[in-house]
Amino acid sequence: MQRHLLSTADLTRDDAVQILDTAEELRSLADRPIKKLPTLRGRTVVNLFFEDSTRTRISFEAAAKRLSADVINFSAKGSSVSKGESLKDTALTLEAMGADAVVIRHGSSGAPHRLATSGWVRSSVVNAGDGTHEHPTQALLDAFTLRRHLGELDGRRVTIVGDVLHSRVARSNALLLSTLGAEVTLVAPPTLLPVGVSSWPVQTSYDLDASLDKCDAVMMLRVQSERMNDAFFPSAREYSRRYGLDDRRFARLPEHAIVMHPGPMNRGMEISADVADHARSVIVEQVTNGVAVRMAVLYLLLSREPA
Amino acid sequence: MTAYLLRGAAPLGGPTRDLLLHDGRIADPADAPTNAVTVDAAGLVALPGLVDLHTHLREPGREDSETVLTGSQAAAMGGFTAVHAMANTDPVADTAGVVEQVHNLGRVAGYVDVRPVGAVTVGLAGQRLAELGAMADSAARVRVFSDDGTCVSDAVLMRRALEYVKAFDGVIAQHAQEPRLTEGAQMNEGAMSGVLGMRGWPAVAEEAVIARDCLLAGHVGSRLHVCHVSTAGSVELIRWAKTKGWAVTAEVTPHHLMLTDELASTYDPLYKVNPPLRTAEDVDALRAGLADGTIDCVATDHAPHPTEDKECEWAAAAMGMLGLETAVSVVQHAMVDTGLLDWAAVADRMSVRPAAIGSLGDHGGTLEPGSAANVVLVDPSSLRTIDPRESVSLSRNTPYAGLELPGRVVATFLRGRATVLDGKLQ
Repeated sequence: MQRHLLSTADLTRDDAVQILDTAEELRSLADRPIKKLPTLRGRTVVNLFFEDSTRTRISFEAAAKRLSADVINFSAKGSSVSKGESLKDTALTLEAMGADAVVIRHGSSGAPHRLATSGWVRSSVVNAGDGTHEHPTQALLDAFTLRRHLGELDGRRVTIVGDVLHSRVARSNALLLSTLGAEVTLVAPPTLLPVGVSSWPVQTSYDLDASLDKCDAVMMLRVQSERMNDAFFPSAREYSRRYGLDDRRFARLPEHAIVMHPGPMNRGMEISADVADHARSVIVEQVTNGVAVRMAVLYLLLSREPA
Repeated sequence: MTAYLLRGAAPLGGPTRDLLLHDGRIADPADAPTNAVTVDAAGLVALPGLVDLHTHLREPGREDSETVLTGSQAAAMGGFTAVHAMANTDPVADTAGVVEQVHNLGRVAGYVDVRPVGAVTVGLAGQRLAELGAMADSAARVRVFSDDGTCVSDAVLMRRALEYVKAFDGVIAQHAQEPRLTEGAQMNEGAMSGVLGMRGWPAVAEEAVIARDCLLAGHVGSRLHVCHVSTAGSVELIRWAKTKGWAVTAEVTPHHLMLTDELASTYDPLYKVNPPLRTAEDVDALRAGLADGTIDCVATDHAPHPTEDKECEWAAAAMGMLGLETAVSVVQHAMVDTGLLDWAAVADRMSVRPAAIGSLGDHGGTLEPGSAANVVLVDPSSLRTIDPRESVSLSRNTPYAGLELPGRVVATFLRGRATVLDGKLQ
């Protein structure tokens, strides 16, 4: 493991497997009445959130607390950040308070990378989602969930559907799942695939129906209906018709295939309510697994050096 | 006035001879006065003083990042004897008053001739023409007009501007950037922007405007200058426009001749610039275009920014990089050491042609007796590691920090007066 977790591109297959195996051990805690381990007692984890994301923040918070770390939540709203304090000064402040790990969510792609490489902080930096770049722990929890249902990922087919262009989840998953041996297909309207996607280690398609028959898992991405204002697609209805996972399409999936979504969902837009609530939908389980994976990441990053 | 006898220089990189700078002119060395100061120029290439068509001096308005004085000093250290000060100051250089103020500040500083560029539209807002004639008739004698930083995207306004400046042989220097195609754009659109998750800046946004402007310039018979050409497609379009015989000229920056969008993977905003760094294929096409004369000249787009505007996340950072003090080194690295240009051609691309485009009578001359004594001595055998702290600019945003680059400016003379001697500012 490296000192930071900024991109799934930085993870070797061994790194990724180590995180997933560690998460598997920690996952068993979730089923015990007392969920806490003393492992990170005395260490401080800062959740530095420049964007609202209650789901991701509480997942990291739960992960750190179950490892007995002290947790400081630092959100941009109502803090010095909203008064114009720079990323650098915020980082120096956290450093002065003795943070061992900084979990950062930021609206600007590359902000975690800046934090980690600028020399402003000595702590480990965990990317909790940066702009339209990456969200590595989401991909790790997705890989973890896939592995629990499908076994090893070598040769497994995963179809990721939706706004790939703006999706940090898609970027991180495309890289990580490929590293783990899965065959990834990205399905989106041409306007929502980035220029240069042909250099990614994935297949791409504009046709969701053609991509359903053989896939082992389908991951639906959140699509913001505002995108139609930028002419990425004509209307929410048309998007839903062409790229939504409705009951008809769900019926065409192989019987073992699972349905995933990083949340929050737009029911009726990219996924129908019935599919979201189906027994083969693992969307709620993803949330549970998120805590275990984030525990594994914090544990592995912070146990690299003596406390 | 001190006379300088440059001993054993290689004018334009050719056979060595002595050069005498006397009473502001280049003179016959045989006429050297006895008190002439001798400069050992053995091994040094002598070029006519360099002319920059594209410099941001930031004064008035952003004196925290550069002033006319410090920018002039940086220019002299880079071997320049004339710079064109871009109009995107605060207030904007869109009236005779502002351009005369910048012109006067340049004269008082005295390191280079500062030629103000006038804004094309009032406040760079792209709505109505600034008083171009008043700026042309002012003491600053403005001939180059540009809204640089933003594009004159309105086709009618661009047409009128091109036509209007014919009355005083002006030229419109266009920052070619289709605004709708580049809303929120952060870097070149390509494989890297997709991986890095940054809003892409497609080449077509530059090329579409260049194509339109070339057609307009041809249609109305006016002079168009294309600022900071950055893509292979732009080079092709300009090459095509020149075959039509239209009065289209173009510039390329040193950084676009050397750096690529791979550098954005550091997320270090030192590499954030407008137009963005492009791909290696674009760099090759730009070098070829400069070599064959399709691109007329090198212009620095020297864009100083204070530290806090670069020491932040990419999206929040200012666009632009320093260029004056490293221009000769980058051109030597990219063009001379690669065999694409000899020093005579460097003189053409960095002095003669930009002086002609800017209608600067005193610059871009020959090194023969009778010419104005605007001369730079370059040591092409020198290798130096770029240290931002050594810059005389007020800002430190050089993308070359830590790189070893060839070539060093040893001396610069403005009308026979040394502004730089022995590599030091005078």
